[in-house]
Amino acid sequence: MGMTMAEKIIACAAGVNATKAGDIETVTLDRLMSNDGTTHLTIDMYNKLKNPHIADIDKLVWIVDHNIPADSPKTAASQKKMRDFAKEHNITFYEGEGVCHQVMMEKHVRPGELIFGADSHTLAYGALGAFGTGVGCTDYLYAMVTGTSWLLVPETLRFNLHGQLPEGVYARDLILTIIGRIGANGANYKAMEFAGEGLHGLTMADRISICNLCVEAGAKTALMEVDDVAMTYLEEHGRTPKACFTSDEDAVFAAVYDIDLSEIKPIVAKPHFVDNVVPAEECLGTHIDEAFLGSCNNGRIEDLRVGAAVIKGKKVAPKVRFLVVPASRTVYKQAMKEGLLDIFMEAGAIVMNPNCSVCWGACQGVIGEGETLISTGTRNFKGRAGHKDSFVYLASAATVTASAIAGEITTADRV
Amino acid sequence: MAQKFTAKIWVLGDDIDTDIILPTEYLALKTVEDMKPYAFSPLRPELAGLIQPGDMIVAGKNFGCGSSREQAPEVVKALGISCVVAKSYARIFFRNAINNGLLLIENADLYDAGTEGDTAEVTPGKEIVYNGKTYEIASLPENLTEILEAGGLVKAMRKRNGLD
Repeated sequence: MGMTMAEKIIACAAGVNATKAGDIETVTLDRLMSNDGTTHLTIDMYNKLKNPHIADIDKLVWIVDHNIPADSPKTAASQKKMRDFAKEHNITFYEGEGVCHQVMMEKHVRPGELIFGADSHTLAYGALGAFGTGVGCTDYLYAMVTGTSWLLVPETLRFNLHGQLPEGVYARDLILTIIGRIGANGANYKAMEFAGEGLHGLTMADRISICNLCVEAGAKTALMEVDDVAMTYLEEHGRTPKACFTSDEDAVFAAVYDIDLSEIKPIVAKPHFVDNVVPAEECLGTHIDEAFLGSCNNGRIEDLRVGAAVIKGKKVAPKVRFLVVPASRTVYKQAMKEGLLDIFMEAGAIVMNPNCSVCWGACQGVIGEGETLISTGTRNFKGRAGHKDSFVYLASAATVTASAIAGEITTADRV
Repeated sequence: MAQKFTAKIWVLGDDIDTDIILPTEYLALKTVEDMKPYAFSPLRPELAGLIQPGDMIVAGKNFGCGSSREQAPEVVKALGISCVVAKSYARIFFRNAINNGLLLIENADLYDAGTEGDTAEVTPGKEIVYNGKTYEIASLPENLTEILEAGGLVKAMRKRNGLD
């Protein structure tokens, strides 16, 4: 019987010839990412172990991104704990470099790897054909100490993409459409695999955005086969694959979906669930107080180019804050070089340093009682971006920027 | 597996996410004890103060969806919740809960029948008796039962390695 991509990566990491959905395998992790959301908890637990040790220091990557720069003595203390521990143990450590998943894509992820991240959006790594999955700090600690963990081999939902996205429609619209169709737990415990000729036309930025958001359908991992686009990205960033896997023709999928990209339209996810999606047109005129362009989902240079093209020569609406947060230092520098930050600032946007920002309701930019945010962030849960009685709409970089100009939800072709 | 127990029911809805279980602004508090008053606060600010040790939560589908923040199951456990019974769980929360010794039970029917304030009799790995009706529940795999009974993953490893 053939194997899926997910099954092949797990089999490889488990050192077995074959495995199948439903089996439980003990795997050796290739890489372990953790950020300042929970690393201090991992360290506290580590320090209480009887004989603490780290299985393979070289596999650890620690990134301060959730509250950088620290916004309170409490977050400063937890970051100091992380920084000191990383220094003492010689762990690869970044702060101020960017949002963890973007930094991982730029510097570490290799096709075929099995990666634990102490962050739910670790699925992003599937854009390079790596099995990334989110874990809590206890699972992380176990993997850090033993080098291994157990995994239930997931079933796979296969999405065959056909054609290409229309102009003015983006990967964010595509993945929101898919999440709306299968629901917030439609892929629970499962892998979401994307294939088909439509995939080859998508940029790396598109692919990362798609894989990243699959956790909002409950997925354990998201995977895309490694094609020329992915190989070019990898070579440009000076890395080589561990292994490039594809699903066998006779692999068993739990379901197969055929998606015609040309039919996708601008989409908005309304409060308070990511699967609460409607065509953007149905939200036209909804008042907004703040707009956010950034996050591990849509803070890449391609997204900033889209936003800058929409807002060039225009102004942010009065009494609206428009936050622009490049996803990494590399993206920030590139945006500066291309003059994009000038365009945003001329328009009245607030350009901030790379971090998780209001996407997770900390750092800066949180919204107050009764306020409404339109965001390229990852989630629109109740209270996610600040006050418990506030509202978050999710949309593409184009729709978010257009809405910042209009002061109400609108699409880019209307401003 | 653990003994039979009786628990008072608190009913929550579908898609109870980790930002509802514990909002971001309270994650930086020093201890899980400090976080307890804010559990479920976006949805029901009074709830954390009303929950008594031993009570249970009954919820709909996709309980614990969202973030990998382990403070979420930790705070539920710290409130003294004896078990959560939901139609389904988000996978990261499921692992985190087991790793912290919080009993999760999957059941498709109790949520639709359950009324807040009633009590139910829970026999882990076997059944829940509520309002004269028996709801069968599956037992967890052996490796997860070992973790739960030890009170979490770290404790289970200590026990397995003869450190406790």
